[in-house]
Amino acid sequence: MRPESRSARASVAADVSHVMSSQTAATFPVRIWRGDAGGRFERYDVPRHASQTVLDVVTHVQRHVDPSLAYRYACRVGMCGSCAMTVNGKARWTCRTHVDTVAAGGALEIAPLNHLPIVRDLVVDMTPFFDKWAAAKGSFAPTATRHDDFARVAPKSKARQAIDATIECIGCGVCYASCDVVSWKPEYLGPAALNRAWTLVNDVRDGASLERLRAVAGDGGCQSCHTHQSCTERCPKHLTPTASIASLKRRVAIAAIKGSL
Amino acid sequence: MSGARFAVSGTGDSPMAPSGTRTGVRAAAWRFVLQRASAAVLGLCVFVHLASIVYAVRSGLSAEAIVSRMHANPAWPAFYAIFVVAVAIHAPLGLRAIVDEWLGLRGFVVDAVLALFALVLLGGGLYAIRALAG
Repeated sequence: MRPESRSARASVAADVSHVMSSQTAATFPVRIWRGDAGGRFERYDVPRHASQTVLDVVTHVQRHVDPSLAYRYACRVGMCGSCAMTVNGKARWTCRTHVDTVAAGGALEIAPLNHLPIVRDLVVDMTPFFDKWAAAKGSFAPTATRHDDFARVAPKSKARQAIDATIECIGCGVCYASCDVVSWKPEYLGPAALNRAWTLVNDVRDGASLERLRAVAGDGGCQSCHTHQSCTERCPKHLTPTASIASLKRRVAIAAIKGSL
Repeated sequence: MSGARFAVSGTGDSPMAPSGTRTGVRAAAWRFVLQRASAAVLGLCVFVHLASIVYAVRSGLSAEAIVSRMHANPAWPAFYAIFVVAVAIHAPLGLRAIVDEWLGLRGFVVDAVLALFALVLLGGGLYAIRALAG
């Protein structure tokens, strides 16, 4: 037998063993939000496994207990940004959140993200979130054509390094759901949209920097941030939207003083 | 609006998204600049104010002695005039944010009331300084 075949067979055996053990594994209580905004939590007893993620828990409930449970996920590896939920009161990406790290007292409570309309169960409508990206002019405005040479951006340049600190946002909405200002002021653009705006303000190839500053300088723009840093604390990609917003504030203030806003 | 959309493909026309005229955007930016600048001035003024109080009290100066020294030196009324102007700028702008975020109140009437509040602070403060200046 070729070594890889032996390895594959061992892996299948391990999976079968895992599935069989799930039938006898100890269970733990999980409360999951069901219904729309007027819904309620329902309790499920879910088998407990080593290295189990919160997304595994939700998937178990949908596949083995109640197939009508609605939730959203795609990649399962922390890239797509679609599986964020409120876990024991805090917004988290569920695919990379182990039950071990969040199940206080051995129990879980899973709810949809805050500050966004609930579609059903754990699914929220992300439209307001992404509309704010658009309102913050979060799309790249090219200045070159396909006939131009490649832009040469020095990796060590200050602007490029500022982009490095912000570019990895996956648009999961965890920062938005964690932001106090969004809860107080619904038109506030929010950390993700402002972080995106700051990314593009630093892009030397972009031609809409001034329009973007105007888009984020109005009521509900970057000045509304209270620097609570919940976004920075909870960002699963360890970005610092607070720093991006502070930088935007400075840039807006300078533009206002210079009269270019 | 059509179904799911990714990132920047949104239209930006959500009723929750902020909007504003060019004038409104400039006004918002200047409110921010003025509040931060007045906060910086206030930080310095409060420090000088507290330090001078501590000095005066520890030196055993009476209220009359303090007032007479202020009469003698025009720098003190000038300092407190700056203090009052900073307060008159900073406090209404801070209240504006609070009534907006906590009470959901905004618009012309709120701004008019806060402008009046600023004038009261300015007038009352400068009146008090006039008495100190002698």
